[in-house]
Order: sequence, then C-alpha cells, then structure tokens
Amino acid sequence: MAWLKKLAGTAAVVVAGCAVAGWVLSAPVKLDRDTLAQLGPGDAAKGERIFNAGGCTSCHAKPGAKDDERLQLGGGLELKTAFGTFVAPNISQDENDGIGAWSIADFANAMLKGVGPSGENLYPAFPYPSYARMKPSDVADLYVFMQTLPAVSGKAPPHKLGFPFNIRRGVGLWKRLYLSDKPVIEFAAGTPDVVLAGRYLVEGPGHCGECHTPRDAGGGSRKGEWLAGAVAAEGEGIIPNITTGPGGIEDWSAADIASYLETGFTPDFDTVGGAMVDVQENMARLTPDDRAAIAAYLKAIPPHPNGYPARK
Amino acid sequence: MKKLVLAISLLSFAASTAFADTILDRQEYMKERGKLVKQMGQMAKGETDFDAAAVLTALKGLEANAEKFDAEAMFPEGSLEGDTTASPKIWEDFSGFKAAEEKYLDAVKGAVAAPPGDLDALKATMGTIGGECGACHKAYRIKKS
Repeated sequence: MAWLKKLAGTAAVVVAGCAVAGWVLSAPVKLDRDTLAQLGPGDAAKGERIFNAGGCTSCHAKPGAKDDERLQLGGGLELKTAFGTFVAPNISQDENDGIGAWSIADFANAMLKGVGPSGENLYPAFPYPSYARMKPSDVADLYVFMQTLPAVSGKAPPHKLGFPFNIRRGVGLWKRLYLSDKPVIEFAAGTPDVVLAGRYLVEGPGHCGECHTPRDAGGGSRKGEWLAGAVAAEGEGIIPNITTGPGGIEDWSAADIASYLETGFTPDFDTVGGAMVDVQENMARLTPDDRAAIAAYLKAIPPHPNGYPARK
Repeated sequence: MKKLVLAISLLSFAASTAFADTILDRQEYMKERGKLVKQMGQMAKGETDFDAAAVLTALKGLEANAEKFDAEAMFPEGSLEGDTTASPKIWEDFSGFKAAEEKYLDAVKGAVAAPPGDLDALKATMGTIGGECGACHKAYRIKKS
C-alpha cells in the first residue's frame, strides 16, 4: 500500500500547490508607483467631460433622476444578470456611505484596476475593464470633478449573487484573463487623429463595448466581435450591432452617428430607446468634436455580422 | 401523442400570429410619426431649408396622429409575441405607458399652439418632442434580434 500513500501524498502536494497558485493569481493587483505618479493634481472642468463620456449617472444616479438630481450619485440601480443582481453603489461624496473618504489613489485603483479601497476585487459590472484603458490624468480630472458633487447619505443594498460568483477572490482570476490597458482595435500608422480620439472615448471612458460586444462563457468581451451587438447582459432583448457589418449601421454616415448622439434621432427619425436613452443624453453633453470622433472611430473599425443569434 | 404535439404546435403558432395584424398596424402608425418628424428633422439638420408653414403642417399631422392613439386597441394584452419590439413592461405598467403617451401628446399640442418661427426654435421643439419619444422608448421598447 506504499504506492497509495505516495499517490495520496502527491495529490495533497498538487492540491496545496494549486491552492497556493490560485490564491496568488487571484490576489488584487494595485497600480504601480509610476502610474500613480502620472495622476497629477486633476482639473475639475476637464473632469466633467470625462464624467459625461463615462455616463456615470446612468447607473449611479437614483433610477429616474432628472435634472440636478442626476448629480446625486446615491446608487441603487439593479442590474439583473445571469450571474446575479448587481446593485450600483453610492459613489457620492458622503464619507461613510459614498466615496468621500477615498484618496485619489483609491479612486484610480478602482477605475483602472478594479480594486476597492480595502484591497478587495470589484465586480466588472462596474466597467473598469474599459476604464483600464483611460489615461491616469483623465482619472484624476474625474476624481476632482466628482469632489464638486453633493454627498448623498444612505448605502445602496449589497449585490445579490449566488455561488461561486459571490466569491470576490475569483474576480482576480477573471482579471488575469480579461483585464488589459491596451487598445482593442489596432490601427495602422497614419490613421487620422480623429479616429484615435474616438477610439479612446469608445474603448475607454465611454465603455461602449461593455454592452455592444458579445461575451464569452467566462463573461469577457469577445474582442474578435468587437461592437457587433449582443444579447443584453442585463434586462431583455438585444443590444444593436454598431459596426458597419450586416445588420449594423453601414448605411449611417459619420454625420448620422454624431447627430444621433446629439439629438437621439436615428437617420430614419426613429428615436433612441432602452438603456441607450441615458447614454445618449450624456453624449449630448459632449462637444461636437468628441461626437465626431466617436463617429469616425465607428466607421473605421472592422465590420462584423450581428453578435447575437437571429430570431427563430 | 401526435395529436397532442400537433395541438401544442398549432397553439404556439396561433399565439405568435394572433396579433400579427395588430403589430403591423401599430408599426405603420409609428412609422407615420417618423415620416412627419423627418420632414422637420431634415430642416433642423440643414438638409432642407427652414419652412415655417411646412413645420406647422407636420406638427398638425403629428397631433392628428397622436390623437388617434388607442392604447387598449393597439396594445392588447398578449401582443408582445411575434415581430415586435414592444416590451412586457407595457402590460406590467399599462397606466404608466398611457401616461407617457399623454405627455407626448401634450408636447405635440404645445408645439402646434406655439409653432417654431426659426431654425433654433425648431431645434428646441424637436428636442422637446423627441425627449418624449425617447422617454417612452426607454421604458417600453426593447430591441429584439
């Protein structure tokens, strides 16, 4: 029976080894010192642009908030997904219930690394896989702008997730697979600046790919079908294909796209609907140049057929 | 057993087609709105010249269209099967759905009562009316494949 003991011993070593490796690999990874140094002091006026491009209010304002209420970021919106129900947290300046006590480094670690102030992994329902592509100085501008917004008391309820998604440590492994600060679409040298500016807005703060790109079994974006449309991860229905492939927006000109983001009207004068209404209202607050850049990028990316199954 | 399968298939077929005409009718109805808004939208975009009389005609057309809206007849219970982008929320909150349509009608009536006299005013009017379109589409329409 010596061989059995030996086998058991080997198995125990393998299991322990895997456990250690898993623990190490799933550990939250924070920003390095160089990146933190690039944050700079921040500029609130510039931060407002980032705030609108990011559409923070869509999830973090109280559901149905209008006008000035939209700047009260008390959270509470529920995102019902296959993984469970995520509840948008309070990100107002309240020191206890919001993020008022966060340092700029805390904020940058959340935005760029998906790590909370206690060193915990944040769930990617908060779209940091997109924000990870943002410039540190833009994150600093956003931080300073958000300090000008009101404190709202009251914590949002916790997420309601089943096993194994309720284990935050697992998100560390997920990040190893899917978190990257590199652009999704590589363009050739000589690509116009307006396209690159659009890439930054769409792939970074605008986080368009989080809804418009289909996800794989692990919940990461399928970058080979970037912006091809997807079954809605939250709620019902589909999110449209916004590439120029079949089923997408081939017949929209760049001016049509920019006009849609400004006014909410499609080229046929149908209107924006669903969750895109809030997004469009935020995009309408950007400058015409920013909307033109987004449009130029969408016309420049690879076309794909619809990233969701056809109706049966 | 075969009969049962046949009966079930027929029933589900019936469910998906029972409201086919209703769905087509209401889509035509909504497209009429789109055509009228397009006449004004092309002016707002600068594709056609601003024409105050044509704007008023289009607004009156929208008003006549909106007054024909009949939520119960156009959105009967169960008419969310088939080729439609109607959200189940319409029937979960029918009074909210009707209220959204009322707000749209009010916006159109307001525009007919004080029609835009220049391009900037037209853009503002488009924003007000379009905002009501979007408010209803946000809550009560879902995209389907």
